[in-house]
Amino acid sequence: MTELRRPRRPWDLTPVPEREYFDLLGPGLVTVVPPRRPVAERREGDWQPPTGGAWLHVGEEGDVVAFTGKAEVGQGTRTALSLVVAEELRVPLPRVRLVMADTDLCPWDIGTFGSRSMPDAAPALGRAAAAAREQLVALAAEQPGLSNARNSLVAKEGEVRGPGRSWSYGTLVRGLRKLVEVPADFPLTLPTQWIRAGRPTLDPDAVEVVTGRRMYTSDLRRDGMLHGAVLERPRYGARLEGLADPDALADRGARIVREGEFVGAVAPDPRSARAALEALGPRWRFSPQPNERTIEEYLRQHPETGDDWDRRGRSEGDVETALRRATLRFEAVYHAAYIAHVPLETRCAIAEWDGERVTVWVGTQTPFRAREAVAKNLGIPPEMVRIIVPPTGSGFGGKHGGDVATAAARLARAAGQPVRLGFTREEEFREGYFRPYAVIDVRAGLDARGRLTAWSFHNINAGAAALGTPYRIPNQRVDNVLSQSPLPQGSYRALAATTNNFARESAMDELAYAAKQDPLDFRLAHLEDDRLRAVLGRAAELSGWAGRRRERSHGFGIAAGLEKQSRIATVAEVTVGPSRRLRVDRLVSVFDAGAVVNPDNLQSQVEGAAVMAMGGALFEAVHFRDGVVLNPRLSKYRVPRFADLPEVVVELVDWREIPPAGGGETPMIAVAPALAGAIFDATGTRLRTLPLAPGGRVVARPARPRARRR
Amino acid sequence: MREYRLRVNGTIRSIRTGSDRIVLSVLREEWRLTGAKYGCGEGQCGACTILLGSEPVPACQLTIGEVGKRELTTIEGLAGKDGLHPVQRAFAELGAFQCGFCTPAMILGTVALLRVHPHPTRAQIEGALDGHLCRCCGYSRIVRSIERAAEQLGAGPGEGR
Ligand code: FES
Ligand code: FES
Repeated sequence: MTELRRPRRPWDLTPVPEREYFDLLGPGLVTVVPPRRPVAERREGDWQPPTGGAWLHVGEEGDVVAFTGKAEVGQGTRTALSLVVAEELRVPLPRVRLVMADTDLCPWDIGTFGSRSMPDAAPALGRAAAAAREQLVALAAEQPGLSNARNSLVAKEGEVRGPGRSWSYGTLVRGLRKLVEVPADFPLTLPTQWIRAGRPTLDPDAVEVVTGRRMYTSDLRRDGMLHGAVLERPRYGARLEGLADPDALADRGARIVREGEFVGAVAPDPRSARAALEALGPRWRFSPQPNERTIEEYLRQHPETGDDWDRRGRSEGDVETALRRATLRFEAVYHAAYIAHVPLETRCAIAEWDGERVTVWVGTQTPFRAREAVAKNLGIPPEMVRIIVPPTGSGFGGKHGGDVATAAARLARAAGQPVRLGFTREEEFREGYFRPYAVIDVRAGLDARGRLTAWSFHNINAGAAALGTPYRIPNQRVDNVLSQSPLPQGSYRALAATTNNFARESAMDELAYAAKQDPLDFRLAHLEDDRLRAVLGRAAELSGWAGRRRERSHGFGIAAGLEKQSRIATVAEVTVGPSRRLRVDRLVSVFDAGAVVNPDNLQSQVEGAAVMAMGGALFEAVHFRDGVVLNPRLSKYRVPRFADLPEVVVELVDWREIPPAGGGETPMIAVAPALAGAIFDATGTRLRTLPLAPGGRVVARPARPRARRR
Repeated sequence: MREYRLRVNGTIRSIRTGSDRIVLSVLREEWRLTGAKYGCGEGQCGACTILLGSEPVPACQLTIGEVGKRELTTIEGLAGKDGLHPVQRAFAELGAFQCGFCTPAMILGTVALLRVHPHPTRAQIEGALDGHLCRCCGYSRIVRSIERAAEQLGAGPGEGR
């Protein structure tokens, strides 16, 4: 795969007619889908649309190069999006090359998160490809003697076929330099008519992976490359007061870079760069930091003011009156700890400064935001910054933003040489951000027939995803506030949906037991969404819910969730052995994300999500004291391993009538509550705090009676 | 500082360095054998696993001075002239990776396991590979690939290595 030359200016910042598509890609046909933003979502001050459209080139060899701003961080988007292009263009998959997340060449993109690749990037690329197909058919129709046969022309297998004749795409575009702008509503092939998409498809680059030839950011090297390090705060909230020896230049040719608050070093190897920073003798001022023991009170007392980007709320009926009138009232508080993403590849960036422009190779999920950050911090226009995202060793929401890219770019500019900035595992923990610590207050009321009449769900610091309840409850109020967080917090795979779903589904489970109803029946009795009912029913069926063994120490739990247009139900089966050791025996998940573009990959995503979610559900937690993370290493922060692996059963619902939704996140969200339900079923112990079994054991916390009958 | 001559993937390579230099850094930085990854530097993730003789070891915990006469095999040296090793083939065919960052080390760990236990039980797989993390948590598929590779190695004569 040859690297493409760099355009004069990033294409997304250049008017369409001025983009040198043909100079870089050769003669042929180019289709461009414009950026799109639904009018309803347009807000004052919006500077860019949420999707940047797509473009695509068909060359003289019949080869197809398509461009998207999305990044591949292990979620399989490259294959899925390539399949969509292959489908619309009617070409075999290997003919499609997808250029992803290169800010000079790709359409602007808000970032790879929130399961937006399928709903946003797939239709944009699909339209570019479908329009190209239509153009190719039109080009064939211009062939001599075909004026009457136009309607019998079809595109198939990389050629346009007509009565007794056919033309390869390459022939049709020979010598052409044709650019077509595609209307935003250009029709797509219906999933019911897919031929290539919708079938299990392996990553075409699998051989690269299994032979170790795939080059991740951390594997790259540039000529003359130096290594960088950044002065790290010893604790959160620490401020740099001064340097004891600002002129200390450590041996081994290190060099200190100071720009405003930024202090970094470059050296021939990482260790020397870090040593040089040590030698500066930084003096810090510390301020008191909230501790883990008192975190709940702290979050309750310190709401974030001003920033309301992630706040939502809604209210229906009269909750307080309904609660007063309820036959059975229920109250509980749920907690979720800070957890870390722990991508297997720690963050890394390599920057190269050519005297005017800077190129940064970095594993980020938000390359265009990283471009902005680098430009702003270096005081150069965005078109002077190129961000390229090489294959990335996973992200899970932990690789947002442009901090590492910015630091590497500063160091490279100062050094006048390429600089690599790679985090150690400890730095990855300490310099990162975490899934927020959250506290959720739930109150609910049941009437005499065991129907939910009141629901109050107040979420402190989890975030807004999946805040609402899919259950039918006449009187309800759900809202969230964000708090000032003692530790940096941010995005995480499935965002707040895991936490919110844990609290809601756990409460549903508790209510079912309180009402003496089966947890499945209780949910179904309150559920209107047919697709959610279907996945619940199917998960119950697959897991043998109805005929489950009722024994002490063995338990079943069920939970459902609806988020980002997709639906999940999970049944967990656990054994709690002597000395209360917990073993997860089985996780059965049924997932519905509409039409499935690549069943093989989606299956793998759902299996992985279930097991990853087990970590946050059972044992992951970031511990801290006085602004210091106490367990910033894999020997102290436990993530799921082979020995934790239960039997994982996954079934996908493939609705060909419904456009594909994203699938990387929602399969996480029913695991924790299903496990909590199963633990209760096995032991009678109700756990309301994530992680549920930090030491691998089910330990009852002081139980406060919560459900009260009048 | 002294000159070390090591047998790596069937060829002799030499390096002038101190005896406590970590093998992972030599492989990646000096010899550009980047299939062994850095994931933790404390022997906890297995991403840096290579074979020392026939034994899987985390290269981040191994110093040059400890290698002695034993051969080092990295993922780059696993495929033979006749194509992929059966373990590599099984991982590729079953799509047993997402980001793929853990994969080279997982494959080497599996090769070592299958030499000792040609038909491993689940417990043996867990035991042998528990030092390997897959953060994408593709463990189920990895287990299936290991079982598939075991079948294929067992079936075809002359394929075992
Ligand atoms: S890097 Fe060697 S075990 Fe993690
Ligand atoms: S495939 Fe991503 S870490 Fe294993």
